[in-house]
Amino acid sequence: MAHAPEHSTDRPEILDRVNPAELPRSKLILNDRGFHWITDKVCGIVEEPTPLWWKVTFAVALFIASFTGAGLFYLVSTGTGTWGLRSPIGWGWAIVNFVFWVGIGHAGTLISAILCLLRQKWRTSINRAAEAMTIFAVMCAGIFPLFHVGRVWFAWWLFPLPNQNGIWPQFRSPLEWDVFAVSTYFTVSTLFWYMGMVPDLGAIRDRAKTWWRKAFYSVLALGWRGGNRQWSNFEMAYLLLAGLSTPLVLSVHTIVSFDFAVSNVPGWHTTIFPPYFVAGAIFSGFAMVLTLMLPLRAIYRLHDVINQYHIDNMCKIILATGTMVGYAYATEFFIAAYSGNAYEKFAFVNRAFGQYAWAYWIMVSCNVITPQLFWFKKIRENHALVWIICLFVNVGMWFERFVITVTSLANDYLPSSWGYYSPTIVDIFTFFGTFGFFSVLFLLFVRFLPLLPMAEVKMVTPQADPHAH
Amino acid sequence: MNERNESIHGVACTFRSPSDVFHAAEKVRDAGWKIWDVHTPFPIHGMDQAMGLPRSKVPRLTLLGGVTGFITGCLLTWYMNSYDYPLVVGGKPFWSPIFPFPIMYECTILFAAFGTFFGQFILNRLPRHHHPLFDLPQFARTSDDTFMIVLEARDKNFHLDESRNFLLSLGGQEITVIRE
Repeated sequence: MAHAPEHSTDRPEILDRVNPAELPRSKLILNDRGFHWITDKVCGIVEEPTPLWWKVTFAVALFIASFTGAGLFYLVSTGTGTWGLRSPIGWGWAIVNFVFWVGIGHAGTLISAILCLLRQKWRTSINRAAEAMTIFAVMCAGIFPLFHVGRVWFAWWLFPLPNQNGIWPQFRSPLEWDVFAVSTYFTVSTLFWYMGMVPDLGAIRDRAKTWWRKAFYSVLALGWRGGNRQWSNFEMAYLLLAGLSTPLVLSVHTIVSFDFAVSNVPGWHTTIFPPYFVAGAIFSGFAMVLTLMLPLRAIYRLHDVINQYHIDNMCKIILATGTMVGYAYATEFFIAAYSGNAYEKFAFVNRAFGQYAWAYWIMVSCNVITPQLFWFKKIRENHALVWIICLFVNVGMWFERFVITVTSLANDYLPSSWGYYSPTIVDIFTFFGTFGFFSVLFLLFVRFLPLLPMAEVKMVTPQADPHAH
Repeated sequence: MNERNESIHGVACTFRSPSDVFHAAEKVRDAGWKIWDVHTPFPIHGMDQAMGLPRSKVPRLTLLGGVTGFITGCLLTWYMNSYDYPLVVGGKPFWSPIFPFPIMYECTILFAAFGTFFGQFILNRLPRHHHPLFDLPQFARTSDDTFMIVLEARDKNFHLDESRNFLLSLGGQEITVIRE
């Protein structure tokens, strides 16, 4: 600065005298790791011999997944009466679990699409795994409404396909909107995930030593050559898919909330539902991303690529969305009081102090109180604690859906038709098993596909800038 | 193009860093080359301009997909709930653009995404599992940490020895002839 030759007109004179400090920016990749290190690290996960922990976890996950199989087999062979659904509660765990799993998926799309549009470079390290989480979570979610239709072999009637009755789906129903929203969401998320993975699959193909590995990854990589003419189209398509996924993800949970909000039930019929559901979805999804990524980071020693900066950011998003969810709980109460509607008022007082008060207070303490701990740097740096808080958030968000679904149905307009809902062992088996099903898919992903988007991580390193020298 | 070029796909040259290959690409562009490419492990910022590439055509296919999707959503709901099997729900009109809007919205996004996804692969001429470049041992490293400029024999500027020297003058590392 001191020996700047001449004062140019567009440069304020004061800058030469004060010697401004370089503002420190958090590093995305620690220890100045190079391109080759990133390739080795990510491909190494796929190339190493199957580790023991993977085999053990995979076996346990398969065993847990079999509970869903058993639950569904019993349900289909016996009838939907085996679930705990009785009048007046026709929507029990099945819908709770559906909304829970779909919500978890939303963080993946937030990271891959919305943070891409906002040019948040830190997203690259967690992007791929979060998108995989989205797809597998939506698969888990899909199981529940599919079997909730009762006669699952007629579930295809939900789609606009000609059937022997000559009738068509009724497009005024939010449940039918949901069919379109969730299936579109699953399809677009899968396309986005796969397209982003093609260059990385090419990188694994180029390093493959054995015949079968070469063949497997060659087929998946579709002959990707990484020429800039290809990258040019690729980057444009990536940006467009991010732009399409953003309104999509917001619409999906909006439509999920319409399943409730379009009805006339007190506690459901509110206009706050769409934004409230979307905030809750992102909240629970980020908690799940951290629940998955913290152990993987430790196992594969990814500390340079997923560092404290990434964890801080995710914790702060959980804090922000958790606070929004808490604000939404308060708003619901205020609007109920302000509405002058006796049923609406009762629905909310009943949520907090009625027969399901235990569930309500689990929800409030997990969703509103625990994330507030993320205000403290010390807590964000204690990864064991972060992981535990994220588990609390997952539990809390499941209870939120339980509270919304069940309390409103159990005590609606007529006290003579009130009831109390409890799940049966079949409900519990089916839900418990989905965690196994999810883990099986996620473990297969970790083992066989590139866990981190190598090309994108390389792109955000300082040495990737062609004007660096 | 002369006789002996027929079995030759082109000349490849590796570079060590993004800035090396970036400045080399600018010189290739300025020399008037049209059929050539820069192979990199990740998209380099500004390389499209350095190569003189026009804007990608993927957005046109996205738009095509989106418009198709919107029309599909309209026709689907109109045909099913109003034309083929008119459904009386609450005495409301059989079809209006309001109630099936979520369907139209989702169809628009779905088809636009198809347009983008398949459009990208069609414009990139993929899948293509065999390419002369795959026979090149150095090429495997371009998905890791190596950068490569390939001048193709189909370009009118191509002449084996001259092109080789041209690449050397750009600061290239390893020069290889790619055979078909």
